[in-house]
Amino acid sequence: MTRPVTHETVTESGDQGGPGVQATAADDKRRVGDSVFRLLATGSGLTILVILALVAAFLVIQGSPALLAPAETLKTQGYGEFAAWVAPFAFGTVWAAILALAMAVPVAIGIALFISHYAPRAIAQPLGYVIDLLAAVPSVVFGLWGTSVLAVATQPLYLWLNTHLSWIPFFGGQASGTGRTILTAAVVLAVMVLPITTSMCREVFLQAPRLHEEAALALGATRWEMIRMAVLPFARPGIVAAVMLGLGRALGETMAVAMVMSGGRNITFQVLTSNNPNTIAATIAQNFPEAFGLKTNQLVAAGLILFLITLVVNMLARWIVARRAEYSGAN
Amino acid sequence: MSAVTLRPLRSDTLTAGRLPRWSVPVAIVGSLLIGYLIADGLQESPNLALVAGLGFVLFLVTMEVATRLVEGRRQASDRRATHLVTAAFVLALVPLGSVLWEAISQGIGRLDATFFSYSMRNVVGAGGGAAHAITGTLWITGLAALISVPIGLMTAIYLAEYGSGNRTAKAITFFVDVMTGIPSIVAGLFAYSLMAMIFGPGSVFGFSGSIALSVLMIPVVVRSCEELLRLVPNELREAAYALGVPKWITIVRIVLPTAISGLVSGIILAIARVIGETAPLMIAAGFTASLNNNLLDNPMMTLPVFVYDSYAHPGSDVTPYLDRAWAGALTLILIVMLLNLIGRLVARRFAPKTGR
Repeated sequence: MTRPVTHETVTESGDQGGPGVQATAADDKRRVGDSVFRLLATGSGLTILVILALVAAFLVIQGSPALLAPAETLKTQGYGEFAAWVAPFAFGTVWAAILALAMAVPVAIGIALFISHYAPRAIAQPLGYVIDLLAAVPSVVFGLWGTSVLAVATQPLYLWLNTHLSWIPFFGGQASGTGRTILTAAVVLAVMVLPITTSMCREVFLQAPRLHEEAALALGATRWEMIRMAVLPFARPGIVAAVMLGLGRALGETMAVAMVMSGGRNITFQVLTSNNPNTIAATIAQNFPEAFGLKTNQLVAAGLILFLITLVVNMLARWIVARRAEYSGAN
Repeated sequence: MSAVTLRPLRSDTLTAGRLPRWSVPVAIVGSLLIGYLIADGLQESPNLALVAGLGFVLFLVTMEVATRLVEGRRQASDRRATHLVTAAFVLALVPLGSVLWEAISQGIGRLDATFFSYSMRNVVGAGGGAAHAITGTLWITGLAALISVPIGLMTAIYLAEYGSGNRTAKAITFFVDVMTGIPSIVAGLFAYSLMAMIFGPGSVFGFSGSIALSVLMIPVVVRSCEELLRLVPNELREAAYALGVPKWITIVRIVLPTAISGLVSGIILAIARVIGETAPLMIAAGFTASLNNNLLDNPMMTLPVFVYDSYAHPGSDVTPYLDRAWAGALTLILIVMLLNLIGRLVARRFAPKTGR
């Protein structure tokens, strides 16, 4: 499969039959191979659409009983009136993801630049591997680490912030005594989205046109000016895609949030208190095993809301990417 | 500022107007020392994070002032960028080091032969192991990869090579992005209810978990593979066409081998992404204490669920359960690291020579 590409393998005499094969027969064989391959590729693409349609259809079908049920029925058989019940969780989901990305994205871009343009070339690849190790840590381990290590370690910092900077609305309220707050959860989420965001940014930074970089340096630009002029403009769509992957992960992450903080139905921007807004995903995970009947439907409907939030986020990101010029080598 | 500032030129050196090389290490050590003194004044026993934070801010300020005075504004911003970028990398090592340290120090104690050869069947308190969870994870993730990689790779090929610009390709790209955003727990709900609709309610087994993981894995494979296929220079394809090579052989023999190292690394990152998924497997593949090698019947335990279960539902004596949780966590990390290593070796073995 992955023999070195030589003249021998790209001329048809290599595999397509002996030297004596008729030209027409070879042409037919090509055409069959081409159409079969094309069919396989197209079929795979369509399979994805079918899977997604099935997921969406399932969410709507299973969620609709809760969405259509009158408020009275939901109060007795479900978790309460739907909109009022799900709004705090939707807020918590978005708020935690925003906090996480605000911390993760600058760091991720910095790491990617460090590996692609600053580190000595001999150790750049091992350093990239070190960051990928972060992706090797499963969410449940991060959850374990978040509750038993990070929350304990950051609690004094939270107390200090709460004492001295409580005039900033985010740091107000009564500081948590355990450190298991939405800020801790957001830090864990930030760490979790780092490797995916970094590895994608790194790939694009490495693909920046070498000649542009050297031209910038030859004109007397410093390294940072070269990066700002030649690398970042080229990499912008890639960075957006990387942030999008990170956001997708942060919005949908369940276990780390569910294990780090005990959330409720609060809408608050305060990040240091014990009254944290729970996320939709964590709510579903915490309640699904015991749920039955209409409660199951209501949790699925909450999943539908989560699905819609991610849909809006992705559409926005797509729109940003589409505004930028193409940078692909294949067009 | 078009006029060049003339500095007194020392005739024997090229380094005039530059900070000496020792300035950076000296500034680092000095800033850390002062940071320590300030932290000492603020706290009873200064903690490491505070010292490092204060020291870094001091270092940035010192270097900014010094470089601006000696080397000028452009060099100052260049140095600032270098320091911030390096700091970002060091910062990322902190959680990594901490997680690995905790997993190793707390997990190594139970990482014995018993852990790998016994399940949790009839085990209360100490003893027992994760043999059932390890085999379950390998079965479920293996099947998920078997489903996802062909579909994902072929879709990426369609998007990069065949569909470019047409409506089907645009729709697929769009919906792959939507799928990337599918929360893992929703994928679990989907697999669970799919099986519930086919086999009746409460049908929880390994294959269902594989379906859930595939839903999560396919878009990751497609996105990373497509990006990489698009970065293969068009000149290679055109050279192949010019030699009369059919399109599909061009793809299989030219495009894929050129991108193979990135493809392998992308697929492995995709596996790493799903192998630690807990929530969907909790719902779709369930909990069990026994070994189960049949993907099509009865719940199948997986390593992440084992870790969560040990942490969340300990017995009256918590210690053995927590020990098993950390041992499971360490095993999971080791499995993924091994996969990464294999992937990287394969990638390096077949990587084409590039400029970098």
